Amino acid sequence: MPRTLLDKIWDAHVVAQEPGSPAILYIDLHLVHEVTSPQAFQTLRERGLKVRRPDKTLATVDHSIPTYDRSLPIRDALAAKQVAQLATNCQEFDVPLYSPETGRQGIVHVIGPELGRTQPGMTIVCGDSHTATHGAFGSLAFGIGTSEVGHVLATQCLLQHKPKNFEVRVDGQLRPGVGPKDIILALIGRLGIGGGTGHVFEYTGSAIRSLSMEGRMTVCNMSIEGGARAGLIAPDDTTFDYLAGRPFAPEGAAWDAAVAAWRRLPSDEGATFDRSVTLDASALEPMVTYGTNPGMAAPITGRVPDPAEVRDPAQRRALEKALAYMDLQPGRPLQGQPVDVVFIGSCTNGRLSDLRQAAEVLRGRAAAEAERLDVVFREAGCEWREPGCSMCIAMNGDQLEPGQYAVSTSNRNFEGRQGPGGRTFLASPLTAAAAAVTGVLTDVRSLM
Amino acid sequence: MEPFTPFVGRAVLLPAENVDTDQIIPARFLKTTDKAGLGANLFADWRYDAAGAPRPDFVLNRPESRGATLLLAGDNFGCGSSREHAPWALLGYGFRAVVSTSFADIFRNNALKNGLLPIVVDAATHERLFALAAAQPAAEYRVDLAAQTLALPDGTAIAFQIDPFARTCLLQGVDELGYLLGHVPAIEQYEAARS
Repeated sequence: MPRTLLDKIWDAHVVAQEPGSPAILYIDLHLVHEVTSPQAFQTLRERGLKVRRPDKTLATVDHSIPTYDRSLPIRDALAAKQVAQLATNCQEFDVPLYSPETGRQGIVHVIGPELGRTQPGMTIVCGDSHTATHGAFGSLAFGIGTSEVGHVLATQCLLQHKPKNFEVRVDGQLRPGVGPKDIILALIGRLGIGGGTGHVFEYTGSAIRSLSMEGRMTVCNMSIEGGARAGLIAPDDTTFDYLAGRPFAPEGAAWDAAVAAWRRLPSDEGATFDRSVTLDASALEPMVTYGTNPGMAAPITGRVPDPAEVRDPAQRRALEKALAYMDLQPGRPLQGQPVDVVFIGSCTNGRLSDLRQAAEVLRGRAAAEAERLDVVFREAGCEWREPGCSMCIAMNGDQLEPGQYAVSTSNRNFEGRQGPGGRTFLASPLTAAAAAVTGVLTDVRSLM
Repeated sequence: MEPFTPFVGRAVLLPAENVDTDQIIPARFLKTTDKAGLGANLFADWRYDAAGAPRPDFVLNRPESRGATLLLAGDNFGCGSSREHAPWALLGYGFRAVVSTSFADIFRNNALKNGLLPIVVDAATHERLFALAAAQPAAEYRVDLAAQTLALPDGTAIAFQIDPFARTCLLQGVDELGYLLGHVPAIEQYEAARS
């Protein structure tokens, strides 16, 4: 029977399944960070257990670690304790830790792929919902809670029910100024934030094929904002070209064997999906959110929606509440809305290609000269920070003041996500950079 | 984990849809290395003003909410992050079950692993429960996991579905880690076959 990419990865990782029980699923790579792991290590300690496969485990610090000068001590005592606790746990349990001193520290969903640890066909988990990012490589990657972090540390396995297959087909060519972030915001706007619950998205179609790995990661990253625990993109030459030569990528004959196996992963002709949806990439515009969840998104050329035009009473109330929180007037154009802060970063859009795009807008011409992107940003008046989750999650000192508006390339515009009372417009790096230039929500195409 | 036993309790009505984990427990409270103590900051930004004083209009701050063990919430409860601190905070406050029409996948998994029961009801039942809770804030409900019922004050029992494996674990107070450790020989075999 023809199988999907999800089916193939799933089947290859089922260790055992008893009748009436979930499958015991083997995990190939477990990423660990400081916020969702301390209680899991404590469980291991209390039960006298070891980490079963330190070689399949990788830890770094990103969530609560501040992004200011790393030569300074961490001012927040709780964050300092959490960061120190991870180091203690990794030492005690023999888990490799990419701390700032190693030069390899970074946002967990950025460094896994950059180092070549993330590879097609793998199962990858992390105590973080944006683990979905790694699905861009054709690996089944999803977020887990701290209890499950403990399960994987101790047994390298998880108990899981198989999710359903959901094809998201995106065909057509993106227009200038429109990118992967706009695809995923448009999708979530269409499906709603619970639309993918119980499913794994597989993104297919010509628009997805033509995306870079960074672009694919942006799309997969926000699968969880559509309710899907994971997003997948079948590996192809773009994937292999990205991985070749990375520090942990296979080499020589092992590389050839790996690529041959990876080429068998894509969904078979005739494989069926439980659900499907199609988007026309050529019709998309730069997107921006106006509300307090990622599904409340509109084209930048649009207006703030009017609750009076929403028929469903629950949805109307939700929109009213969101607009009250955002202090936005129904019917007003989104363009021109004043902005206090622009945040370019996060596991969604904090990669080199994202910074290059933003720099291009900030300088008004292509960034070059051995990159020196930091200079471009600093000269444009930006702060250039050390790697971390920063203002995406507001638990490390980087946050909005109450009432401030931010255009953010991150993934969540929930109330208070970027600081209590802070108001978030989610958008692409291009749109964020445009707002940084003009101080208001701006259609980046007007600057191009 | 303690076995999940039947309980009788009052309900708190939180009619918002898509309650995300950043509302349940804002990220700034995740800088802890413990599970305990999170209940005090459950729904912190809805519950307290900027100065930390309780907002009198928020449901958890009303006198009738004290001691409630059941949370009646809108659709898609627990969406957003994977933080297990969300069920820890709900349990820490004193809730033992949450009723909604749907739960986000990771939240549901996390809740079940900690003995917080996610009860899924259909839209009509959900509406009926909301109306009842709004009209009679002091009403008491009985939750019986073995019977898979949520009983109303008039004795009407609403049946709910739950994954049988999760139900067994909750009723017996067994955690999944124990189950997985019982399968180490199969895991070893799997690893040997792949290497």
